[in-house]
Amino acid sequence: MHEVLSKKQLSPNVTRLDVMARRIAEIRQPGQFVIVRRGEGAERIPLTIADADPAAGSIALVIQAVGKTTRDLVALNPGDAIQDISGPLGRPTDLIASGRALCVGGGVGTAVIHPIAQGLRQRGVAVVSIIGGRSKEWVIFEDDLRKLGEVIVCTDDGSYGRKGFVTDAAKDVLAAGGVDCVYAVGPVPMMRAVVAVTKPLGVETIVSLNPVMVDGTGMCGGCRVSVGNETKFACVDGPEFDGHLVDFDLLWDRLGTYRTQEQESLVRHEGSCRIGLEKPNAG
Amino acid sequence: MSAKITTRERLKIDRQAMPERDATARAAGFSEVNLGFTEKLAMLEAQRCIQCKEPRCVAGCPVMVNIPRFIQFIADGDLAAAAQNLLGDNALPAITGRVCPQETQCEIECIRGLKGMSVAIGHLERFVADWASRHANQIVATPPQPTGKKVAVIGSGPAGLTAAGELVKLGHEVTVYEALHKPGGVLVYGIPEFRLPKKIVQEEVERLQRAGVKIECNVVIGRTYTLQELRARFDAIFIANGAGLPMFMNVPGENLKGVYSANEYLTRVNLMAAYQFPSADTPVIAGKRVAVVGGGNVAMDAVRTARRLGASSAMIVYRRTKKEMPARAEEVHHAEQEGIRFEFLVAPVEVQGNDQRWVTGLKCRRMELGEPDASGRRSPVPIPGSEFVIECDVVVVAIGSRANPLLTSTCPELKLNRNGNIAAGPNGMTSLPGVFAGGDIVRGAATVILAMGDGKRAAQAIDGYLKGA
Repeated sequence: MHEVLSKKQLSPNVTRLDVMARRIAEIRQPGQFVIVRRGEGAERIPLTIADADPAAGSIALVIQAVGKTTRDLVALNPGDAIQDISGPLGRPTDLIASGRALCVGGGVGTAVIHPIAQGLRQRGVAVVSIIGGRSKEWVIFEDDLRKLGEVIVCTDDGSYGRKGFVTDAAKDVLAAGGVDCVYAVGPVPMMRAVVAVTKPLGVETIVSLNPVMVDGTGMCGGCRVSVGNETKFACVDGPEFDGHLVDFDLLWDRLGTYRTQEQESLVRHEGSCRIGLEKPNAG
Repeated sequence: MSAKITTRERLKIDRQAMPERDATARAAGFSEVNLGFTEKLAMLEAQRCIQCKEPRCVAGCPVMVNIPRFIQFIADGDLAAAAQNLLGDNALPAITGRVCPQETQCEIECIRGLKGMSVAIGHLERFVADWASRHANQIVATPPQPTGKKVAVIGSGPAGLTAAGELVKLGHEVTVYEALHKPGGVLVYGIPEFRLPKKIVQEEVERLQRAGVKIECNVVIGRTYTLQELRARFDAIFIANGAGLPMFMNVPGENLKGVYSANEYLTRVNLMAAYQFPSADTPVIAGKRVAVVGGGNVAMDAVRTARRLGASSAMIVYRRTKKEMPARAEEVHHAEQEGIRFEFLVAPVEVQGNDQRWVTGLKCRRMELGEPDASGRRSPVPIPGSEFVIECDVVVVAIGSRANPLLTSTCPELKLNRNGNIAAGPNGMTSLPGVFAGGDIVRGAATVILAMGDGKRAAQAIDGYLKGA
């Protein structure tokens, strides 16, 4: 059992949970994730380790509440526990040894960019982060990233920072030159758009993929992605890959495999929550 | 030997049939197919054993169970003694009694099979094991003298659990590391409920835990701890982390939605209980028409699972003939009873999909059998121009698995063979002193009982190693 130590709402649908996982906190590296199962009957889902406090023995999980499983997780409060956490899984990020890196984070992906930026900074790599959200309230991890280097914030509606997409800001930073590697993590359309900018420029771009996973150890093959026309398992070969070689269409498509079931599960879940609040009908 | 019954009388008894759940009823759910012998049936069947002086059945058993002895105790009505003896030889009898291919191991050797039917050894084993779990208090366990030696077992599948069971009996302190959230390995994620109820696995695991085996779940060796870290903390290690990566066919369309590896399909349904979705949170695409590629036990498990998830058509696509199928005879027989279709001498060349990239069909080519290959089986040769399409909405690929490099890649000192499996000697010793390995990580994909045999042999070798050390 892994106790939830603290909980913080980062944006309207993104929550940070700091949970006990002593061994993982000690050895986790940037880019690695855990598989989490809240309790009996729950799904196993992959979550990136956004941060860790080895002294306290805790890791930070940043969860975007979209379906039943993630809503169940963000409903946990300090003192509650997650039954199963396994990891750290996946290959650590291929961090450049020196120079300057551009870290681009979109939505909940910004939480994944954070440990990468941390790792880069520790090696003495200069970090510029571009992070974005729909509007100000959707921007997360800004303060954490500011500790590691320059941060450019973009909002779709211009309510905070620069108006526009992260890709627009990325174009400007890249045009100014001096970027040795780009790390981009966010929704599939965002990563695809970043790669579309960096590929013609020939700037190496690492992306972190989030396909559906079950075991996280290579056993099921559900997380297969196509990289350079080769099938790879994101859980053991990734989750990070050369963005220039990733088939984003396939990733996007396969992410939709369970859309109908996810909807069914969510409707049933929300329905039962509401029923819980209503007074029982007679008869 | 008690002479209540003469050999002549024994020979007159016919083999007792295993009571089964009705084929139509069972295909609609996940309840166990075989219902088990009653005590009366078991005693009758046990009397069929003529108690050979040199029993060939024992030699046919990968874990060398003293078969005539426990059968004699059943015939005598002394079930506690039968259980005591069986458990002494076999750490997981409730499991092997259900999933062993007895017809190619112990039962094929049975002398009674020469003229008629062999003794139903598997059914009797299951009977005794189930009796033992209901009467745990009647089985006396003598606690062993602790040796003070610590052994780590990596993986809680059949090889790991067997080794753990044997090692605690020998007085060693055993910790089993399991990557998933529940112990059992392939017994819980792979083999379906209708063939091996999860409750049975849980009972066997709990029996081992009562005997002193410690099990830690959610620990992935190679990630959470390295092998070298374990070597520093334990006196010996047994690696039994299974086969790992599923193989795909390498045909176009294999990443369409609706294409599963058998591992994923079965894991979703068994370990994650997707058949109870949405009561359980994990979904599975329950196809209306499901094609399962392969002819082994895993393929049979997948196709019979598809049937139970409501597929109106559930079909095996196999490139050789029924004769070459590696699946256990009983599974093929049960599949046929349940209305599973078989397409023999057929090999997929492409998975077809619609514009939303969902599976719509499996394009196949007919084959004929040519010359025998390295395995001695006649290898299939494609017939030109024989392409046709099997309409389906789910394709499950059950053509085997490769070695999982997760552990081995983090320990380059550990010697592998050319398939990436761990190289181990006959007693399971690897290239690293004190590190033993067995089961699928050594053999490639094999059977539960072969893995258990490895576990038992390795436990004995580890014991020898620890006593010598």
